[in-house]
Amino acid sequence: MHIPDGFLSTPVWAGMDAAALPAVAYVVRRAQRNFEDARIPLLGVMGAFVFAAQMINFPVGVGTSSHLVGGALLAFTLGPAAASVVMTAILAIQALVFQDGGVLALGTNIFNMAIAGVLAGYLPYHFFGNGPWRRAAIFAGGALSVLVSALLAITQLMLSKAPMPGAALGLSLAVFAVSAVLEGAITVAVTQSLETIQPNFIRKPSGQRYAVGALGLAAVLLAGVGVVFASTSPDGIERLTQAQTAAEATWLGKAEAGLAGVALIYGACLAIGRVVARHRSA
Amino acid sequence: MHHVVLERWSRGATWLHRRDPRAKMFALAVFLVTLATSRRNLPVLAAMLFALLLAALVRARIPARSALLRAGVVFTFTVPFAAISFLTGDPARATSMLLKSYLSALAALLVVSTTPVAVVLRGLEAAGAPRFLLMVAQFLYRYLFVISEEAQHMRKAAVARGATARGLAGRQERFRAAAGAVGALFARSYGRAEDIHRAMLARGFTGRFPAMQELRFGRADAVFAALAAAAPVLARVTAERAV
Amino acid sequence: MRAPLIDVEGLRHRYDDGTAALDGVDFRLHAGETVGLLGANGSGKTTFILCLTGLLAAEGSLRVCGLPVSAENLPAVRRKVGVVFQDSESQLFMPTVLEDVAFGPLNLGMNAAEAQKRALTVLQQVGMEHAAGKAPYHLSAGEKKRVAIAGILAMQPEILALDEPTTFLDPPGQRALIQLLRELPQAKIIVTHDVAFARAVCGRAVFFERGRIAGEGAVDDLVRRFDWDPQAETAQAHNGQVTH
Repeated sequence: MHIPDGFLSTPVWAGMDAAALPAVAYVVRRAQRNFEDARIPLLGVMGAFVFAAQMINFPVGVGTSSHLVGGALLAFTLGPAAASVVMTAILAIQALVFQDGGVLALGTNIFNMAIAGVLAGYLPYHFFGNGPWRRAAIFAGGALSVLVSALLAITQLMLSKAPMPGAALGLSLAVFAVSAVLEGAITVAVTQSLETIQPNFIRKPSGQRYAVGALGLAAVLLAGVGVVFASTSPDGIERLTQAQTAAEATWLGKAEAGLAGVALIYGACLAIGRVVARHRSA
Repeated sequence: MHHVVLERWSRGATWLHRRDPRAKMFALAVFLVTLATSRRNLPVLAAMLFALLLAALVRARIPARSALLRAGVVFTFTVPFAAISFLTGDPARATSMLLKSYLSALAALLVVSTTPVAVVLRGLEAAGAPRFLLMVAQFLYRYLFVISEEAQHMRKAAVARGATARGLAGRQERFRAAAGAVGALFARSYGRAEDIHRAMLARGFTGRFPAMQELRFGRADAVFAALAAAAPVLARVTAERAV
Repeated sequence: MRAPLIDVEGLRHRYDDGTAALDGVDFRLHAGETVGLLGANGSGKTTFILCLTGLLAAEGSLRVCGLPVSAENLPAVRRKVGVVFQDSESQLFMPTVLEDVAFGPLNLGMNAAEAQKRALTVLQQVGMEHAAGKAPYHLSAGEKKRVAIAGILAMQPEILALDEPTTFLDPPGQRALIQLLRELPQAKIIVTHDVAFARAVCGRAVFFERGRIAGEGAVDDLVRRFDWDPQAETAQAHNGQVTH
């Protein structure tokens, strides 16, 4: 879901732009490691591949078809950091050249799809990709990459008080659930095709530590799901609106709240990461 | 196709085309933020901003009708939300979403219509974005059309292969054919990346790309940046005073 | 007699699966010569070119301009031999023609201004200076090939190696290429299926067969001797298969 400009409230788009900056810097550093610039053409070309692959239609129903989104597939073949870099480049080109997604909203879209979506797509494969559940893990990766980015987008829209009455929300979630299942199925099918062409295309899940990443993602998701569910319950709507009007008292207050929330999550991840590292080396 | 048209528009030589990309991006940022944070008397502000953008389009000799239509692609996202807002009794929000999303898209389109993509990327690098990421985007854009064409061929081949198959089994067949086409496209793209890498090595690639060409920020660029940033701000102040 | 520019003896290269791509090749190239490499798909012609510039590791004796082709010498060797690959699209990877041709000189250590000047000079040499600001995607196949050659000339190599340069070229494009190659003084190795093209530019040729050189001499002699049907080869090449 590429959110255009004019939908997100200022604290949300500004906060997400601020959140995306360190995340992108991090994945760029990781992707560059050991290769310097040598991988740039590969990543660029695979980004063009994802774009082009979206033209190939997968028939899924009477008269309907879907296409590959690609975040999870990139993660299995290039590694999650490189996949995030590629998706970021794709989103930037989509926003600038194709007006698909806003410029101020670019940080939001990058965070949702290139950072959280790619990570969510990779984690099942990382934990279960080697065993008997490999195909299920690949399916789950594809599905989660779409579901997580969609969920985050809905959360951000609701926080921005975009009109989303219960029925519309229900419909959106249903549509996203279907898209997620389709992405899972398409990712599995394409992975199988790749394995017959050249098994080495799909990497073995690496030994990297993803516990912190998984925790961070879970925290962000819980917050998001919390917002969505709170706003669907009758009490929840009132409480949420009250909380929002109170914070709306100062625009700055809201922005600070948004940034503070994100900073809290990053801080928690860093702290947990340090504790885990200390335990492992002990 | 849109990107082919955009390529052509972006290689013009008007005064606007020749401005430093950083000046244009600064102006765009001010425009977008001024618009995004506006709450009062939006329709009047929108009209003024629209006039501003239209004047710039004409000055840059961009076909106005095509550009105005192209910016309308945002409406596929905006209209459903606007409809809901309208029906749930919040017409102000509906108007806000429609106007803000359209004008933002048009402003961004104006910048990329007057600046080749590679130059935009260079401007972003000068503004501090990670070089590695920008070079990936540069290669992506370079090979976007090439690989899209290859995908077209494969799509036709996949369709031809599955065209006669009908029903559920047929759909499965076509699904698998599509997966095969995507897989084949992946392999070709990967092979192409290896060819590119070999070509780079053959021409003395040292492991690091040579520095991107320098940009020169002149007086005209400073004047442009100042004027282009002041205009939307003035428009907003005027609009809010007029309430 | 002056030393050969390329001096190859017993060159061997194996594919990952163990089959021999090159199975003991002896070859010499002298200054000013244009030698054609003929043979069927998969006979080792392209592999030979890749080994010359160290893009593939090989065993045996391989000297370029007196330098053994080893890891330490690769930068120097690649300055001596300029390779024009079969697919120009993958060779012109920069956003504009000028930036692409300047890539080599920049890697050699020139500064931006010098590199640009060198690039414009070679673009003039191949007749493409008008396209300096264009994106490579919009050029015709013949124009791309000329820009690719310019990119190599910009490094001032002593030897040009071209891999199937007439692929994708229409007859006018081929004629322009023949004209250009005749004007260039460097020694050249040209892998080709196109007998007429080989006849037009090559002084002599060698015939590759299953990783070895099975014969050498004039183009027509080899075609006769090996009963080589160039039309069948060309049809296969145009199916888009990149030979290795």
